[in-house]
Amino acid sequence: MYLAPALVVLGGLLGYPIYQLGLISLFHYTQAQVSGGEATTFEGLGNYARLFGDEQFWQVLLATVVFAAACVVCTLAVGCALAVLLTRVRAVPRLALMLAGLGAWATPAVTGSTVWLFLFDADFGPVNRVLGLGDHSWTYGRFSAFLLVLLEVVWCSFPFVMVTVYAGIRAVPSEVLEAASLDGASQWRIWRSVLAPMLRPILVVVTIQSVIWDFKVFTQIYVMTGGGGIAGQNLVLNVYAYQQAFASSQYSLGAAIGVVMLLILLAVTLVYLRLLRRQGEEL
Amino acid sequence: MKLSARLVAAAAVLATAAACAPQTSGTSSSDKDEKSGTLRVWLFQEVNNKPKEQVVDSVLAEFEKAHKDTEVTVEYIPVETRAQRIKAAFNDPKSAPDLIEYGNTDTAGYVKDGGLADVTEEFADWSEAKDTDPTARQSVTVDGKVYGAPYFVGVRALYYRTDVFDELGLDVPKTQAELISTAKEIHAAKPELYGIAVGGAYTYGAMPFIWAHGGELATGKGGSYASAIDSADARKGIEAYTSLFGDDNCPAAKCAGMGGNDTVTAFASGKAAMAIGGDFSHAAVEAGKVKGKYAVVPLPGVEAGSIAPAFAGGNNLGVLKSTAHRTLAVDLMERLASKKAQGALFEGMGFLPTFSDVREQVAAKESFVKPFVETLAADTKFVPASPAWAQIDSSLVLPTMFQEVVSGKKGVDAAARDAAEKMNAAFGSAG
Repeated sequence: MYLAPALVVLGGLLGYPIYQLGLISLFHYTQAQVSGGEATTFEGLGNYARLFGDEQFWQVLLATVVFAAACVVCTLAVGCALAVLLTRVRAVPRLALMLAGLGAWATPAVTGSTVWLFLFDADFGPVNRVLGLGDHSWTYGRFSAFLLVLLEVVWCSFPFVMVTVYAGIRAVPSEVLEAASLDGASQWRIWRSVLAPMLRPILVVVTIQSVIWDFKVFTQIYVMTGGGGIAGQNLVLNVYAYQQAFASSQYSLGAAIGVVMLLILLAVTLVYLRLLRRQGEEL
Repeated sequence: MKLSARLVAAAAVLATAAACAPQTSGTSSSDKDEKSGTLRVWLFQEVNNKPKEQVVDSVLAEFEKAHKDTEVTVEYIPVETRAQRIKAAFNDPKSAPDLIEYGNTDTAGYVKDGGLADVTEEFADWSEAKDTDPTARQSVTVDGKVYGAPYFVGVRALYYRTDVFDELGLDVPKTQAELISTAKEIHAAKPELYGIAVGGAYTYGAMPFIWAHGGELATGKGGSYASAIDSADARKGIEAYTSLFGDDNCPAAKCAGMGGNDTVTAFASGKAAMAIGGDFSHAAVEAGKVKGKYAVVPLPGVEAGSIAPAFAGGNNLGVLKSTAHRTLAVDLMERLASKKAQGALFEGMGFLPTFSDVREQVAAKESFVKPFVETLAADTKFVPASPAWAQIDSSLVLPTMFQEVVSGKKGVDAAARDAAEKMNAAFGSAG
């Protein structure tokens, strides 16, 4: 019963919107229905049928999954590597690295995206000038545009991983690390066999966080590829949902996409937790 | 303990489930028709809004003199957020204005949303309405009924650099084939310039090419449109427009993503020898580097001497269905969109009047509008008067098609077929 107040708050803040989302996704609900120009009709799973019948949805879904996976892997790799680096450098460089990381973290996504876009601008960007690429356009090709967005996403989300993992490493007793290096373990070996297993709960949290963030990426794609790139080649699920739901006022279809995203994220998280549990200890 | 927690949760779910349908607001038309009180008007905030305010204020002064105990409050809303504002007004009739300005491609969508009042009778009785040009009239008409008064029109024509043409000894193109070859000639002679700046996302700049070749966006009327973008004629137009993208004119890597403003900016900053710009782009070009070094002609058609049909953009005024002052609001609409007010609006803002006769008068006074008025007089076309158009527009069906062709992802036939499929799906679902 002590849980009751928390449950009520959770139910109100989390349950009700999800319930509304699910409900809207079952109706034919566009601007005409919202403003009362036409009656709302129940469509059952009609929106989902339309969505799953749409070839573009599957392409976008695939692109989103691959893109999010790449972002998560890169973010974790960069974040963990820098966290280890932080423990091995002196105070001043450590402070500098921390501040740089926090700066990137604190930069609003729109600002960050605009700055990155400018760095890689075809006509005025310093990157092209330094690399001597002339007026090469980074946002024209599908993969180079995705790469550009990936760099920005990694840049603005690695500090969270870095700071969290760094805190975790600090909590590892130094005797353990000392013992490992006395046994002649390499830096990689120490990470692989000592730090990673001990930091597991932390790594689980940052991985799930990153998966959720990167799967839902919106601002970076929207700003950097101008709402989905040339001929929609850089669309991800969230931008696609926005295009369908708000720009085209097809709220019910947008809601259906939202429900599908929610289910995918839930499934990914559950499977991941399950796998970890099977491997060994409780979290 | 655990059980009771679950009970609470179940109870919460049940309580919310009681309200079992998404919300709607009833914008059934208001029965009231009060003859006094406060009227609320929303007009668009233009870049340089002062002259517009002066024109509107003088109309309001007369209006308030004619109707005792009435007051009008005008709010200038930002163009970027107009869609949300107007949707919100439809959703909440209590805080909605009585009269709004809206983009003429939105007419059918707003009618379907149940937002605009049918003013067919009042429009027919309005003495000045007979001089409204046919395309402008079409832009307020849905299924034979009139939902507002045209406020101004906007149309695009060909801007070109007189200094570049003189230097290279070129003639102003008279056909679209000449336009394309001239553009490539310029780019070959001056690689730092785009021959003509074009954009893969510049739908309204591309349409004249489709129309000039005899193609249409869609055929049909009222509730039953069918896409015609994949017809043989339309495909020729797509072919012609997309042939302008490439290293011999406007490199695809840069131009595929450009929209209308980007092409005008490129021209104004001296990076292009030609561009398709509107009468409303005049100020931006004047403010750029090319001031005094350019001229404007109507965009040529396929035959020598013909003018490519242009898209007749512009804004309308409309009375909201939910207004409690219908008679007053209609009267104010007619006054704001009157010949006199539109003439004054042209003087102040450069917006072209929707009345053919007023337009000719102003063209005689201001030479820069001549090519635009000629274009309007030749032939103008409008987007399908279907609520599906808003959906087609916002889901970027046509830009996607052009970009697919330009970037070599698909051939013209395949891209046009896919676009037609998407358009038909939208026509089917939105009616």
